[in-house]
Amino acid sequence: METRLLRTDRPVGIIGYGAYIPRYRLPATEVARIWTGGEGETPVTEKAVAGPDEDVVTISIEASRNALARAAHVDPTLIRAVWVGSESHPYAVKPTSTILAEAIGATPYVQAGDWEFACKAGTEALQAAIGFVGSGMARYALAVGADTAQARPSDALEYTAAAGGAAYIVGPAEEALAVVEGGLSYVTDTPDFWRRAYQHYPSHGGRFTGEPAYFKHITEAARALMEALGTTPADYDYAVFHQPNVKFPQTVARQLGFKSEQIQAGLLVDRIGNTYAGSSLVGLTAVLDGARPGQRILLVSFGSGAGSDAISLRTTEAIVERQNRAPATQDYIARRTVIDYGLYVRFRGKLLT
Amino acid sequence: MGIPSKNWRLRNQRYRLVGEICEKCRAPIFPPRDVCPECEAPAQTPYVFSGRGEVYSYSTVYHPPAGFEKYVPYTVALVRLEEGPMLTAQLTDVDPGEVHIGMPVEMVTRQMQTDGDEGVIAYGYKFRPRMR
Repeated sequence: METRLLRTDRPVGIIGYGAYIPRYRLPATEVARIWTGGEGETPVTEKAVAGPDEDVVTISIEASRNALARAAHVDPTLIRAVWVGSESHPYAVKPTSTILAEAIGATPYVQAGDWEFACKAGTEALQAAIGFVGSGMARYALAVGADTAQARPSDALEYTAAAGGAAYIVGPAEEALAVVEGGLSYVTDTPDFWRRAYQHYPSHGGRFTGEPAYFKHITEAARALMEALGTTPADYDYAVFHQPNVKFPQTVARQLGFKSEQIQAGLLVDRIGNTYAGSSLVGLTAVLDGARPGQRILLVSFGSGAGSDAISLRTTEAIVERQNRAPATQDYIARRTVIDYGLYVRFRGKLLT
Repeated sequence: MGIPSKNWRLRNQRYRLVGEICEKCRAPIFPPRDVCPECEAPAQTPYVFSGRGEVYSYSTVYHPPAGFEKYVPYTVALVRLEEGPMLTAQLTDVDPGEVHIGMPVEMVTRQMQTDGDEGVIAYGYKFRPRMR
């Protein structure tokens, strides 16, 4: 079973982390007001919406600055990779990562690239960063998952498709605030969500979205990782799962044998929506904000198309003094300005002028 | 090519507030100009500003120049940086009615201007109410 693990040559961990959530919130009742006459249940209470001057570049920059503030001893010019995972990069051609690298002072001797795997793009970048540092090719690497997710007006995803992101500086375990105990990836070709070239909005496969996609990939990835590491759900203080709505992560946690207390700190979707490539990674920043040394965290992402990355982390003594060096995830969630559907339509560029 | 070449040339100051410091009189300088405005000595040592400052004065724009339509109404401020220099910048993440003289602000990097649907997106510094 150990052969399924993604193995590093040397121990690595998270040196710094940072979140960013935009200021604006669209209540789900506003979407319901426009499209269902206010009838029916909504999958979340509200979602975070990017302001008119925000995109994946600006979200990545602020999250990365927060990560660097927590990794204060890291000179940005020693970062050898800047990788951004997203399904909403501002350019179809021209990397988000070069703009980010320039904005944090990591250029020019740095690997830069954009990753794509729907909601898994961020943890994909994180796995790669773990490998880059774990192989000895780099001392530090930066991985970001961020999105300004678009949903077709009236689509079920319009309630949840949100904006936000998280950044992680990966480095040697001896400098880490959380050490990577192991990770693996579980991927199949399952067509539950996609966007064809030149299309503005994604499409999804309805019945595929639950059982064969989300639940299958997350449970398989989580079980395979715990089996390889010899851990059980009871060994974890926290678990964070991809959160497209409130019910899915609650259900998958139960299926795997986790208690609701274990997922509470990282379950943010009800108040910020699904930040896609940022979803599980922003959940993890919220967990790290409150974690104590020696605690174990299981992170499992899910991205459509489809696949999951599972990573097991254990916090170190270093976490305590780094937590307060940048705004906490909950600080961003508390910074909240409600907008109506009209302003949402304007901010998201859905208005023809 | 106006937006791409100018923003590219100025990217260090626009993306992350890189100015200069005068090695002779230690004055921090923004924007960088290679000569100290205080003592006139050559000053070419890069200096990254903290991004913290205060609103010195401000005005709200309702009729914007071309390229800024999507941000209206927006407030432009003179911001006095903690280190001393004063600069002009857009404020963001704030309603015009909340802005006041002396308001503590911090730098964020945001979209400044978009060159139509096909041109480049120019990023640069703006200021918002300080989070902490």
